Amino acid sequence: MSVPSPIPQHRREPGACATTPETDARIAAAWNALAGVEDPEIPALNIVELGIVRFAEVRADGVLGIGLSPTYTGCPATEYIEALVREALDAACMSPFAITRVLVPAWTSDWISEEGRRKLADFGIVPPPAAASVGRRANTAPIGCPRCRSTNTECISQFGSTPCKSLHRCRACLEPFECFKCI
Amino acid sequence: MSGPAPAARPAGVPANALSRYALRLGDLPLILGQRLGEWVGHAPVLEEDLGLANLALDLIGQARLLLSYAGEVEGEGRTEDDLAFLRDPGEYLNPTLVEQPNGDFGETIVRQVLVDAFQLPLYEGLMGSADKHIAAIAAKAVKETRYHLRYSSSWMVRLGDGTPESHARVQGSLNRLWRYTVEFFEEDDLDRDMAARGVAPRLANVRAAWLTSIDEILAEATLARPGEVPYSWFGKRGEHSEHLGYILSDLQYLQRAHPGARW
Repeated sequence: MSVPSPIPQHRREPGACATTPETDARIAAAWNALAGVEDPEIPALNIVELGIVRFAEVRADGVLGIGLSPTYTGCPATEYIEALVREALDAACMSPFAITRVLVPAWTSDWISEEGRRKLADFGIVPPPAAASVGRRANTAPIGCPRCRSTNTECISQFGSTPCKSLHRCRACLEPFECFKCI
Repeated sequence: MSGPAPAARPAGVPANALSRYALRLGDLPLILGQRLGEWVGHAPVLEEDLGLANLALDLIGQARLLLSYAGEVEGEGRTEDDLAFLRDPGEYLNPTLVEQPNGDFGETIVRQVLVDAFQLPLYEGLMGSADKHIAAIAAKAVKETRYHLRYSSSWMVRLGDGTPESHARVQGSLNRLWRYTVEFFEEDDLDRDMAARGVAPRLANVRAAWLTSIDEILAEATLARPGEVPYSWFGKRGEHSEHLGYILSDLQYLQRAHPGARW
């Protein structure tokens, strides 16, 4: 598969070496393995589509470096996802590898890939509204119901069943639904 | 998991001062998160139960990053858990406001607005910190804090500009809690030292931004800003109100009774 790259490759590990066909193959295999890791809260998405894999690279010492970003600082799934990544990389015989938690630049919902946004919508969760809003005021763009597509909807709660979602209701079909929060 | 590279730290900053400053930043969200957690199962409606629990979760996430860093800078092998579960009240450096009891839902919202509006410009200032690790944590936390302020301020407007009863109650809470905000902006030697070294923003700048957003929210909520307060509490120096001890007895009970217990 092609390597999705919605995220700025903002840094290289100091020890990263020039790429060779061999390291390229290893990195591609790593991305493949990572694309097999589902988000534990939203199994419709894998962690690459979610945009939390920041880099995969082979360092000078031969260690495969993987950078992961938390969606929220308190997200209880952060450590679980790291464990899943470790398992997936082990299963794909990618050792030796090292996982780094990357905070800068902070993850934003804008990094969910196009494919990821489509899968979220199919799963019944409204993908985050385009650009992260900044002020105290909420992003006021109307949110469309994932079932009947009506934009006659209301926000019931800014917080939902997981830290990354808010709760809404459709006034047209009366169904409740969740929206991925925009941060 | 690899930690921040030592290069993230600005040269010449004494480890004990930097560690103490990180603790001061981290104890605020830790204690407030613990307090908000008391609402779980008790909020007026399910949606707000989820809302307050989500705020608590974000805050504890921020606290974990900051306490881990404080322990690492200190260099004596203390982890985030050691710092959260094994310190005595006098070693906690959170501002006194965040340890105040939840009161009714309106009082919790007032406390939250006062803190969110403070944390926002504080984190914005810290994003430019000479300490790259603190700057990274702030860049992450600032997004969550914006969302928190949006939640808390919208409730303050609804309650303040609501019924005569809700208005009177949140105004009462504001009058009671206002005195605890003075210490946010009282610079002590540590604040001055950190600002001079470029690690922390000047508190005068943070205060100006805080007051602007507080005044804007109060105006919309039809609430009156209380007058000046003659003296201050100093939880951030370890001088706390009586309430912290009770919080810690909840927070720390398990680790004190069964040292080293794990899931």
